[in-house]
Amino acid sequence: MKREELLIATIADMLGDAKHIAVGVLSPIPGSAALLARARSNGQTRLSIIGSQKEPYRTDGGVDLFDCAGQGRVDAFFLSGGQIDGEANINLTGIGAYPQQDVRWSGAFGSAYLYFMVPRVILFREKHSREVFVPRVDFISAPGTSPANIYRPGGPYALVTSLCVFLFDRNKKHFRLKSVHPGHTLEEVRDQTGFAFDYTEKVPTTSEPDKQTLDLIRGDIAKTIADPYPAFARKVWSIA
Amino acid sequence: MTNSIILEDTDILASQIPDGAKIAIFKDCGVPMELGRALIRRKARNLHIVTVPTGGILIDLLIGAGCVKTIETAGISLGEFGPAPRFVDAIKQAKVQILDATCPAIYAGLQAGEKGIPFMPLRGLIGSDILANRPDIKTIDNPYAEDKDPVVVLPAITPDIAIFHVSIADREGNLYIARQSELKIMAHAARQTFVTAEQIVDYNILENEELAAASISSLYVSGVAEALRGAWPLNLPGHYEIDSGELEKYSRCATEDKTFQTYVRTRITDGYADATAA
Repeated sequence: MKREELLIATIADMLGDAKHIAVGVLSPIPGSAALLARARSNGQTRLSIIGSQKEPYRTDGGVDLFDCAGQGRVDAFFLSGGQIDGEANINLTGIGAYPQQDVRWSGAFGSAYLYFMVPRVILFREKHSREVFVPRVDFISAPGTSPANIYRPGGPYALVTSLCVFLFDRNKKHFRLKSVHPGHTLEEVRDQTGFAFDYTEKVPTTSEPDKQTLDLIRGDIAKTIADPYPAFARKVWSIA
Repeated sequence: MTNSIILEDTDILASQIPDGAKIAIFKDCGVPMELGRALIRRKARNLHIVTVPTGGILIDLLIGAGCVKTIETAGISLGEFGPAPRFVDAIKQAKVQILDATCPAIYAGLQAGEKGIPFMPLRGLIGSDILANRPDIKTIDNPYAEDKDPVVVLPAITPDIAIFHVSIADREGNLYIARQSELKIMAHAARQTFVTAEQIVDYNILENEELAAASISSLYVSGVAEALRGAWPLNLPGHYEIDSGELEKYSRCATEDKTFQTYVRTRITDGYADATAA
């Protein structure tokens, strides 16, 4: 079983009851997880995959998608960050004295809006290191939580990495370690995470996908995600 | 040919776009690459670029070629081909002013411009450093709420010029825009729209029910030039795919100013890239 396949299945397990899932740019693993959730729902779950030209997933990620989220019609979305801190603030902008930053990333894209409007935002970052998971982000592209008087139906639900799964408590503004992936340890997670989080000494191991799920991932999902992520499909499953 | 809306070529179109203009540029499925290259050839300067709502290779090219003073954007990236190197360099060296936004905020600003109103409210943004670094974006109290309900209001974005590439334009200057409905918002909000088209047709687009359903009237259009493969190396749906080889070549050349300038010289100014080759 490949690491990507574990991550795809783990994320899909969080999407079971979502009726409409949106997938942003540069997100092959969340995209695959969304496809898996759709397959499990017998095609009932709607997907909007930015960059896909295939009906029924196509969306140009334009005005319609943001309006849709504003109407409360997007149930789940994915975000990431060059930096993510313990209060789930995300930094997609850069590091240093803004605006002349030493490290400059692409930009906030739709995050400063979608993080507020989509009820279940799953943060996903494969690379799990102190460089990424900082005590406090240098620049808040999108805040993890908001004061009670700010209209905010959406926000972070979980953070999935190549090491583990965290769940986010919006009231406590704090992550809780839910499970550590097979082959990794609590120590590794604590070593590589720069923010404080809740955990118990006996952390469960992330469950591995069953054979049926793996077959689905390696079959239909792999073929479908090849548009719009051909390089990813080639790398993971050698699909041309 | 006396119809002044149809211009002979892209270089003449680019000469109509003045230095210092605020220009809205569409993000994909019709990026005006050839028009952008023509702007580089005519050494355009001090442009305020508004990406709708994000940007890629064209913006990186314009920034690297010294055409841009201000970049207003939700994000600049070469996507699968990596970060936008000239953009990143320009930020580090403070060679451009940046107005960081988020995608729907740019749409909201254009929608206010489209309606001729001073601002458009939008949820989100509050508590972000995006908002904190945009003193030009204000927050008001929702006048209809019983309790305090802060909401961000985006100032209208009224570009001097909107530019994009379409598959079909007619001799009146009507445009067929297919699924790219954002182009309407751009053309309505901008004072002038300059467009390249794969093909200029003799029939009237507005008299064809199917084409008219996805069109922009010549009322909004100031100039059109024919440009075969005018979106190359990016895609035009229904016509050609993205040229991955060229994007990869660019992403390598653009990492350093020296190799970038060579790319511009050989592909754009001194030697035109043969965009009509497959």
